[in-house]
Amino acid sequence: MALLQISEPGLSTAPHQHRLAVGIDLGTTNSLVATVRNGISVVLNDENGRAMLPSVVRYTSEVVVGEIAQAAQSEDPVNTIVSVKRFMGRSLADVGDTSRLPYRFVDTGSMLQLRTVAGVKSPVEASAEILKVLRLRAEASLGGELVGAVITVPAYFDDAQRQATKDAAKLAGINVLRLLNEPTAAAIAYGLDNASEGVYAVYDLGGGTFDISILRLSRGVFEVLSANGDSALGGDDFDQRIHCWLLEKNQLSVLNPQDTRLLLTLARSAKEQLTEHSEARITAVLSSGEIIDNVLSRADFQEMSTNLIQRTLQLMRRALRDARLGVDEVKGVVMVGGATRMPQVQHAVGEFFGQTPLTNLDPDKVVALGAAIQANLLAGNQSRDDWLLLDVIPLSLGLETMGGLVEKIIPRNSTIPTARAQEFTTYKDGQTAMSLHVLQGERELVSDCRSLAKFELRGIPPMVAGAARIRVTFQVDADGLLNVAAREMASGVEAAIVVKPSYGLSDAEITRMLQDSTQHAQDDMQARAHREQQTEANQLLDAVQNALDQDGSLLSESQRSEIESRMTALKETLTLIDHLAIKRAVTALNDATVSFAQARMDKSVKRVLAGMNISDLEIK
Amino acid sequence: MQYIDFSQDYFNLFGLIRCYRLDSAELEVQFRALQAQVHPDKSAHLSDAGKRLAMQRSTLVNEAYQTLKSPIRRARYLLSLHGVDTQEETNTVMPVDFLMAQMDLREAVEAALQERDLSALDLQAAQLKADTRKLEAELAEQIDTVQDYQVAAGLVRKLRFMEKLAEEIASAYDELDN
Repeated sequence: MALLQISEPGLSTAPHQHRLAVGIDLGTTNSLVATVRNGISVVLNDENGRAMLPSVVRYTSEVVVGEIAQAAQSEDPVNTIVSVKRFMGRSLADVGDTSRLPYRFVDTGSMLQLRTVAGVKSPVEASAEILKVLRLRAEASLGGELVGAVITVPAYFDDAQRQATKDAAKLAGINVLRLLNEPTAAAIAYGLDNASEGVYAVYDLGGGTFDISILRLSRGVFEVLSANGDSALGGDDFDQRIHCWLLEKNQLSVLNPQDTRLLLTLARSAKEQLTEHSEARITAVLSSGEIIDNVLSRADFQEMSTNLIQRTLQLMRRALRDARLGVDEVKGVVMVGGATRMPQVQHAVGEFFGQTPLTNLDPDKVVALGAAIQANLLAGNQSRDDWLLLDVIPLSLGLETMGGLVEKIIPRNSTIPTARAQEFTTYKDGQTAMSLHVLQGERELVSDCRSLAKFELRGIPPMVAGAARIRVTFQVDADGLLNVAAREMASGVEAAIVVKPSYGLSDAEITRMLQDSTQHAQDDMQARAHREQQTEANQLLDAVQNALDQDGSLLSESQRSEIESRMTALKETLTLIDHLAIKRAVTALNDATVSFAQARMDKSVKRVLAGMNISDLEIK
Repeated sequence: MQYIDFSQDYFNLFGLIRCYRLDSAELEVQFRALQAQVHPDKSAHLSDAGKRLAMQRSTLVNEAYQTLKSPIRRARYLLSLHGVDTQEETNTVMPVDFLMAQMDLREAVEAALQERDLSALDLQAAQLKADTRKLEAELAEQIDTVQDYQVAAGLVRKLRFMEKLAEEIASAYDELDN
């Protein structure tokens, strides 16, 4: 908790022991895992020597992931989930037109689910299956249990999508060291390899997402200046264009799921052929017996994909404007994602920047390689030559105010971690509750932004309108995840939430799912947990004692005695074998010191933004 | 891990003299040096408690840096240290000639948008940038030399207008892009 003054790493691992950590690129189309071995970042292959795991999960009597699942997608499209990343943290309404998708969706109002022969599955569970395969591959390859992993996400992922990704990792039994933005991961792989300095643009066109990040690299620092993108634009859309062209050419209307999947698969391979060849022939026999036989020229493909590429360049211009930079100030352009292999993409980007884009690292692997390098650093293996990564949040965060408008609290492209507080007041006499609606996005209207959470601050003492002072604090951590707390300043009434009620899984749900799916070596785990708990308990006791010595005067008598009695209780549990008892006592002490920590922060950080407007919040 | 005194002002945090005219290169150097010590990435392998502390410290350093880096936020912050509220939302009394000029600028941006005239928009953006620089120079004079904080507060209110106009120009660019 906040009071610690830690002077050295706190895990019970020996100082020189190499901690096993990996970087995972959880992609729309393919996923990879990489690690740093003897100082060099390498992608870990499966037992057949393949690096890329197709992000495809098939539910039958068992769960199948990867190539075998992919091979079944035309015959069993309903139970074979491809591009599940597009559904992470998304409701059915977000996904929009589902007529071309072969799945049986379950509309939950919040994150959509999919009905399979193995039951209803959430995108989080399907993603966890992919992550589990990669974790097992890494553990087999490295010969031990992982300390943790860096998981990459598109820079333009919002809070719900990030939270869903973190939940999937937890469900797969992975300790998440950090969620890292994909373009930033690529920049690390490039920057550290080439010792580059200056401003770089990362153009990341993946299977289902597009990201653009503008970074300034200087010795030892990667500073993201701006990020932009579209979390529903990627290589899949180019496949869709070819698919539509096929439908039109052959005057087909509605196809069954098998035929749709077949044509999409053929569209993808035609797209890939056009990278090397000037035309691609597409032949298929539909389930009706109808024969498809068309030749697609590279010129026609370019023509039909012009709008998609224009859209990416438009977002690029916005990112440059946000970074207050001109095209001529960009020293290099890094290409990431398999879709950047398309010649028309490379050509358009080259023309836009007036320079040939960098492609010397494999665009499919560069994100995983960078993530592994960062994982190695975060695990504490990199004692010398470390570096600093300053990333940003891609989308503004705000609150609903009167009239369905959004008031921005944290603007986009703020360097994380960051916190902002804003004061609001009541607008009715005697108002005792206030509902807070947290939103993410750039638009002014609530209806145009993404709703992240709603919660209520209750128990405000009755006052005349405008007299209450409600301070709402937004805290965004280094993973880009948001916490919101509200507090009435006069009475001290508080309400706080981690923003994940509508999309994420609760911790209890994750625990239950974990218990359902894994068998652990209980004894080993308990012994280790016991040691770790003891270490944490001792650190916490030291820290609290230090804080009391320094700032004890901030506490009332009763607060102080409460903290002291919990310290005593914690000391008593240290002699027990029950690590859960220690954990409970640690939590109890942590809880008792929350307001103390806040007081120590407040004592100093006058975070009241000068000239803040006191706006009214709508009550419900 | 670096100890940080949360009660010191932002200038002190970075070892800078408390004034409006600021060596931005030095600010950046100090910011990076401090962030290199407190950033959560340095404590990702520690306990939850260590991580939380790192987040708070790193947040403070980011906030302090953003405040000092931005000319308008730096002015607002400096004036608050001198006990002066800039009253940007409550004090709406502005010189008539300033308001007239602002209205003209706004209309020009609107017209550029209507006619989808990118070069006219570029012109407005450049003009605004020059005007803003001029105002910031006046602000430096009032805060650091004359030390008339009420006059300075008036200048901050003007800067706020210009900041809003800059936002309008940015969204006009976005719209022209669509």
